[in-house]
Amino acid sequence: MVSASSVEIRKVNKHYGTFHALKDIDLVIPPGKVTCLIGPSGSGKSTLLRCVNFLEEYDSGEVLIDGTMIGYEAPGKKMPGRKLREMRRSIGMVFQQFNLWPHMTARENVAEGLIRVRGLSKSEAHRRAADALAKVGLADKMANHPSRLSGGQQQRVAIARAIAMEPRLMLFDEPTSALDPELVGEVLNVMKTLASEGMTMVVVTHEMGFAAHVADQVVFMEKGELVGVDSPDRILHHPEDARIQSFLRTYHERNSF
Amino acid sequence: MDWSILQQYGPGLLSGFGTTILCWLLGTVFGMALGLVLALAQRYGARWLNRVIQVYVEIIRGTPFLVQLFVLYYGGPLVGLRLDALPAGLLGLTVYGSPYFAEIFRSGFRAVPHGQIEAARAIGMTEASIVRRILLPLGLVSSLPALVNFSIILTKETVILSIITVPELMYQVQRMSTETFRYLEANLVLALFFWALVEAISNAGRWLEARITKHLVERT
Ligand SMILES: Nc1ncnc2c1ncn2[C@@H]1O[C@H](COP(=O)(O)OP(=O)(O)O)[C@@H](O)[C@H]1O
Ligand SMILES: [Mg+2]
Repeated sequence: MVSASSVEIRKVNKHYGTFHALKDIDLVIPPGKVTCLIGPSGSGKSTLLRCVNFLEEYDSGEVLIDGTMIGYEAPGKKMPGRKLREMRRSIGMVFQQFNLWPHMTARENVAEGLIRVRGLSKSEAHRRAADALAKVGLADKMANHPSRLSGGQQQRVAIARAIAMEPRLMLFDEPTSALDPELVGEVLNVMKTLASEGMTMVVVTHEMGFAAHVADQVVFMEKGELVGVDSPDRILHHPEDARIQSFLRTYHERNSF
Repeated sequence: MDWSILQQYGPGLLSGFGTTILCWLLGTVFGMALGLVLALAQRYGARWLNRVIQVYVEIIRGTPFLVQLFVLYYGGPLVGLRLDALPAGLLGLTVYGSPYFAEIFRSGFRAVPHGQIEAARAIGMTEASIVRRILLPLGLVSSLPALVNFSIILTKETVILSIITVPELMYQVQRMSTETFRYLEANLVLALFFWALVEAISNAGRWLEARITKHLVERT
């Protein structure tokens, strides 16, 4: 079993110019648990997720990974690049648009970080890349370039690329939103497997079924604010806040026919 | 028309063509290298450096190659830069092409999806690794058509080197013309050689492009 990170977000604020994108966000993400972030589009879910590995710089507050603040050494003082990269090594990220490197095969995509970041030899990296790809069910597609893979397969390669680095925390930003409906299941299945292995996962998603069945806690955001954090049952089935009720009503209307 | 004079001038024309190819090849390679450095410096360098490069780019792009070459060859010695015709010509071509190449690389880099850079940052790759492994290979691929196009334009700029007495094809053609008054024949030879060179470059470019984009295009 891999060791799992915890994340603590304290009073985090983020502005884009004068636009207040994250407002005083407080959130604890317990180790080994799955946290789903839901909410209307533009509510700040991606921004918050990206603050966790500091792809997005927050203006104030703290994001602590296992007690260590990421991005800053002290409030307002950036941490050196070397330290930031070290922290990112144990945080995997999966993007909506997969973001595979198109000039590399599936196996090379997965091996790249092992070689450049972990310093493994090419042969060792390729051996581990093969293992990671086998784990996401793509043992037979290792030699394919991304252009020769379906969307679901590309996203699974992206997951393999992240888990091959043996992260203690995985961030997913709408991992199935760019997929044709029939390909969503294969990606969610891989994510369920990871969850069952005790990886800390933070998942921005519109898949309410996944949130209901896999999440340990669900976070609802709206207009840059964290509206509610609770068990999936209480957020998705018995919401008290009118904003959550309204969001779910819209969701159900759109998904019924 | 009388082609018998080719017996006398053929070897000179051939050697001129060789010099033209040499000037074009080295001017292109050095110009690209300098352009690449400029483009990377603009992307990753400090603000002031960016400003300096911008001024350089404006000056070079805003003046004719002929003028640049005169300044370099005849003005250079005044500040202690004394170059023979050929090295002066190569340096001139390099400088002249560099801002155009820089611009081509800059837009090539911009064409690399930002998410692919972020994916590399997210796993902890250094910026240097990202440049070497992601930005350069992908940026060069999207730059390739424009690079080939501008190298073809550069072939024709080499004729200007005849003015500072670089013994390239134009220089030989002019010598033959003034000594024999065979203007038509001489210039037909010039045209034929250039046509062959340009044709060869664009074919090589097409071949290279097909080869390296093989894996990048979605199969339909
Ligand atoms: N780079 C940016 N520059 C300016 N505004 C941005 C930027 N990124 C996001 N925003 C704005 O911040 C808000 C939150 O965006 P985001 O976190 O992507 O929302 P979500 O993921 O919940 O859909 C949106 O209103 C969006 O327009
Ligand atoms: Mg988003």
